[in-house]
Amino acid sequence: MEFFKIKRDIPFMRHAVVFNAISFITFLAAVFFLFSRGLHLSVEFTGGTLMEVSYSQPADVNAVRGTVAALGLNDVQVQNFGTARDVLIRLPVQKGVSSSQQSANVFVALKAADPTVTLRRSEFVGPQVGDELVVDGLKALAFVIVGIMIYLALRFEWKFAVAAIIANMHDVIIILGFFAFFQWEFSLPVLAAVLAVLGYSVNESVVIFDRIRENFRRYRKMNTVQVIDNAITSTISRTIITHGSTQLMVLSMLIFGGATLHYFALALTIGILFGIYSSVFVAAAVAMWLGIQREDLIKGGSKKDEDPNDPNAGATV
Amino acid sequence: MNRYPLWKYVIIVIALLVGVLYTLPNFFGEAPAVQVSSAKVTVKVDSGTKTLVEETLKAAGLDANLVALDGMSVKARFDNTELQLKAKDAIQKALIPDPANPGYVVALNLLSRSPAWLTSLHAFPMYLGLDLRGGVHFMLQVDTKAALTKKAESLTGDIRTTLREKNVRHSGISRNGQVVEVRFRDVATLAAAKAIFQDQFTDLQTTDAPDGAEFKLTAVIKPEAARLVQEQSLKQNITTLHNRINELGVAEPVIQQQGLDRIVVQLPGVQDTAKAKDILGRTATLEVRMVDESAEARAAETAGGMVPFGSERFTDPRGQVVIVKKQVILTGDNLTDAQPGFDGQTQEAVVNLTLDAKGARIFRDVTRESIGKRMAIVLFEKGKGEVVTAPVIRSEISGGRVQISGSMTAMEATDTALLLRAGSLAAPMDIIEETTIGPSLGAENIAKGFSSVTWGFAAVAVFMCFYYMLFGVFSSLALAFNLLLLVAVLSMLQATLTLPGMAAMALVLGMAIDSNVLINERIREELRGGASPQAAINVGYDRAWATILDSNITTLIAGVALLAFGSGPVRGFAVVHCLGILTSMFSGVFFTRGLVNFWYGRQKKLKTVSIGTIWRPEAGTQVKAN
Repeated sequence: MEFFKIKRDIPFMRHAVVFNAISFITFLAAVFFLFSRGLHLSVEFTGGTLMEVSYSQPADVNAVRGTVAALGLNDVQVQNFGTARDVLIRLPVQKGVSSSQQSANVFVALKAADPTVTLRRSEFVGPQVGDELVVDGLKALAFVIVGIMIYLALRFEWKFAVAAIIANMHDVIIILGFFAFFQWEFSLPVLAAVLAVLGYSVNESVVIFDRIRENFRRYRKMNTVQVIDNAITSTISRTIITHGSTQLMVLSMLIFGGATLHYFALALTIGILFGIYSSVFVAAAVAMWLGIQREDLIKGGSKKDEDPNDPNAGATV
Repeated sequence: MNRYPLWKYVIIVIALLVGVLYTLPNFFGEAPAVQVSSAKVTVKVDSGTKTLVEETLKAAGLDANLVALDGMSVKARFDNTELQLKAKDAIQKALIPDPANPGYVVALNLLSRSPAWLTSLHAFPMYLGLDLRGGVHFMLQVDTKAALTKKAESLTGDIRTTLREKNVRHSGISRNGQVVEVRFRDVATLAAAKAIFQDQFTDLQTTDAPDGAEFKLTAVIKPEAARLVQEQSLKQNITTLHNRINELGVAEPVIQQQGLDRIVVQLPGVQDTAKAKDILGRTATLEVRMVDESAEARAAETAGGMVPFGSERFTDPRGQVVIVKKQVILTGDNLTDAQPGFDGQTQEAVVNLTLDAKGARIFRDVTRESIGKRMAIVLFEKGKGEVVTAPVIRSEISGGRVQISGSMTAMEATDTALLLRAGSLAAPMDIIEETTIGPSLGAENIAKGFSSVTWGFAAVAVFMCFYYMLFGVFSSLALAFNLLLLVAVLSMLQATLTLPGMAAMALVLGMAIDSNVLINERIREELRGGASPQAAINVGYDRAWATILDSNITTLIAGVALLAFGSGPVRGFAVVHCLGILTSMFSGVFFTRGLVNFWYGRQKKLKTVSIGTIWRPEAGTQVKAN
């Protein structure tokens, strides 16, 4: 079985302008939503109390809201979580009241209203912890970007490093844009997913760059655009299959992982889909705009002509 | 060209064996158990306790399938929870005669069912995080600044006493936050004071400046000394928390330092957050009082008569009755430190106490008047007092440095010092993070994580086998091998598995298949280009390797960043993610190459390989490759 029967190289780069324009527009939209709507940060980041309670029958969210409101707490969010019987209650940080009292009070009130209620989990995060998490998250992001750029610059060339990072930041911003647009909850596991996507999607660009380098060595008559087209064409089937396999895993998390892993899997799904797009259409195109050429990658290698059938020709270990 | 030397196969077989061995404990599940551990510093759990537990169970006719001494606790494993509960009652009755004053913690626990030979190989099941087993998690912020202020306060007192003793006249000592300021009228006294500071207060850094007509000497705690104070206060708080949590009867509490000034407390299986918090935040007090030496008190002490008016009856850790006056001489607030040590002359184990200036003054006055009498140090917890030690006063003690000596072993000295220190927290703490996870949610999370991994794995494996035929089978085997290795490594490291960790496991499997897809696609491509099957395999692996390495390193960079900057759930994710990438390189490349070599490598005239259909663009037709 073979999915991809491609007779000649697909001229991806001929349409690079169109693809880059599409990317740019999505990117701008994502940035716009990030600023206009902002991320719906979870308690871990904002600080506050979160309670998950479970009822024996489908819960009446309005009744729960009423019970909690009767305690005189402000800005309380009550919503269903996963199933109709589970309810998630979010309480903001309140001055003067310790967290323990807060969640205990709420639970006592809920128990009085309906004795069948059970506490599944409760979480309190102080405001100072949340601030640190934001800082640490940004540090991690910076570390990943710098680390990957240095590695790619050493292993390939700075133009590739820049191209790969632009492509992948584009992915990250688009994931964040989705979370901002739909106001999905941005929690710590989602942050982990975003950073994992960053590593994963660079991986995608690396495969294509590797092939571009190899093609520069093998096909001496091709120009840069042809080399890139050929590289993308010959790796497209592995790109789709790999991402498909990873997506199968993520899909299984989305289906079986329950509410806790839902947004984690969702972030990965978006990341994987845009990862394909960005490495194929963005990374290679940016590298092309930056003007990569044969001489950038083959240092001093142009003297001896390599035999295209030599089995060790492209092997660089 | 596609042959592996024998040693490479040996490595694969060894990895497989080790993998199976260390993954195995995870399959045995857990059995109900009763765990006995010490509730007091003075009570030791040893092989004697183990025999006691065994005898108790035998006497009660309860059948334990394992009784073992494990570090600081004795664990007895049972077939069902009914037996477990009965055993707990029996052991509790036998070991704790006085429920108001328990010497042991008897707690319900779960113990791995894995056989003894596995346990002796240090093969344990993975340690499950709170989100998978249920329990409470606290993060406490220690106010180390308060400890520094306390230190500055006691130093202020010390300075005042010392200057008076040395006859250096000052015109005022004040503490401003963590800074001590001393004023002098003239340069001569300032110089004298400076000499004393350099000599006696080595922890302080001084600067002087004229201040109007006077001279001001400003002393701050040196950074090294400050760090030491902060570290000690954190350690002391952890010790205190340990002692308190022992009372909760939690089987495996986790109490860890996090960062410079934080403590994480995890209590698996505990649901009652309110009680846990109450106990964590409780304060114990230490009091120094005189022993009642009157005839009636003596009689009460030895024969158990009436306690005289104005005195109280306490017991010491050895069970001896001590009658102590109600009047309090000093409290724990005056005690700045207690350390075990050795007397330079007698080579005896001793406990060295350090008192603050106020305490030292009172202590000197009291000891001067009561030579030959006994003094008792009483620790109050939950309103219940116990005499820690009741030494005889040999001489007048001035200067605030007290040495308690006499027929103590080094162990006893350490325990006494710990008890004296553990009385109170060195610095106040606040709960800044708190999580409670119900037991049902934990079990559900395990099931969810497990089915995510299983179904994802099945889907990928089926697809691979279908698409790449035999090479797909190899890839799927490699994926299974990767999972095996990952679980084995996690079990070996006793890393904590959390729900994000399980998600990382699923994700890493999805990513690990990438290596095999790269290799398989490359081999197909070589075949398409007209290479012979053996050459195609060889070239395919060689060329794919560079790409695999590059892509895994970039993924690893992201993983390491998460590990370095992440906390809590992110870290749980990152550990599994990074380990999974490393194991995948071994299984995806080295292991599959071994399988391929084993299968095809010996056939000299290999015509076809089973890697699915190879479609050749030139012919435009399909060529069956197998």
